Amino acid sequence: MNLPVSTSSTAGLILAAVFGTLFGILLNKGRVTQYNVIVNLFRFRDLTVLKVMLTAIVVGGIGVFAMMNFGWLEGWHIKDANVLALILGGALFGVGMVLYGYCPGTGVAAIATGSLHALVGFFGMIVGGIVYAFSYPWLSEHVIGVGALGKVRLADVTHVPDIVWWIVLAVGAAFLFRWLEKIGRRAAHA
Amino acid sequence: MNDAKPSLSLRAPSWSPYAVGAGIGILSWLVFLVVNKPLGMSTEISKFSGCATSLVTGWEAMIGNAYWAGTTPKFGYSTVFLLFTAVGAGLSAILGRTFRWEKVPSVWAAHHGPGTAKRMLAAFFGGMILLFGARLAGGCTSGHGISGTLQLAVSGWLFFAVLFASGIVTSRLLFRKPGATE
Repeated sequence: MNLPVSTSSTAGLILAAVFGTLFGILLNKGRVTQYNVIVNLFRFRDLTVLKVMLTAIVVGGIGVFAMMNFGWLEGWHIKDANVLALILGGALFGVGMVLYGYCPGTGVAAIATGSLHALVGFFGMIVGGIVYAFSYPWLSEHVIGVGALGKVRLADVTHVPDIVWWIVLAVGAAFLFRWLEKIGRRAAHA
Repeated sequence: MNDAKPSLSLRAPSWSPYAVGAGIGILSWLVFLVVNKPLGMSTEISKFSGCATSLVTGWEAMIGNAYWAGTTPKFGYSTVFLLFTAVGAGLSAILGRTFRWEKVPSVWAAHHGPGTAKRMLAAFFGGMILLFGARLAGGCTSGHGISGTLQLAVSGWLFFAVLFASGIVTSRLLFRKPGATE
């Protein structure tokens, strides 16, 4: 099999079904398809989401970094760092995530676990996409280009090489998790 | 209460968050390696928005929009990925016996009452703001939050930091009823 498989081929569509199924299983088993778990992250009452995401970033990132160095990947897929759009978009996203109780992926997954408000919010997302498309001509002229740094990586702007970032992130995550489990055990015994 | 043995069976109601995180990390290796396409979700939902619009305006007028001209709705890899994310989650919930019809989650009910209409309205507007924000930022928790951060993209980490701060402020305002029992 020649890699990468074209996503428009039949094999690509079958792989999409396999990867999607695995992603959905992982989201559900990680409890992030639950409203309470997601909103309680922002209230520091349940750090499940943080544990899932940080582990995914460290494991995923170190693997992708290694594969890149082995020459197995064609290149990075970096999104534009449009600073103003990221700040405004991220701020709105935070408001929406607390109100809805899901992000787009976990919302889609939650519908299939019986969450009816996740389904209603999905229709809200569709409307949000429509509002965005109609605002796009104005936004692209006045917002998206402000502070556009291009497809930059942390190593480009800080001059700290990837390997250092990964050591710091992995060691930092390990200590954070150890500490969280320790205070979690103490709370359970109290 | 957490004395149950950790298990990675599909019949278990949940897995260790670290195991799930590692699983998502390994899944992202495979996705990068095999299809050379990072995980993403919100672009595809905005294509659903385009399809919904075309029902009213017609297809040609819809793709005349500057956004959908560049992000043209088309059935493909990302559509299948989105649909099967739901399939996987549903399968997992049924096998793990956690499938439950839910209209009003308990944390919401403790602060805003058990009313269905109020919760549905919040979910609808929340979803609307969420996707608008995701498209403005150019990605969501999957595209920026996982795929972006794990490539050490500036965009991913900035998005993550801002969304986290905004979520903390919003949840303070939304869940401030004193003495609410959850």
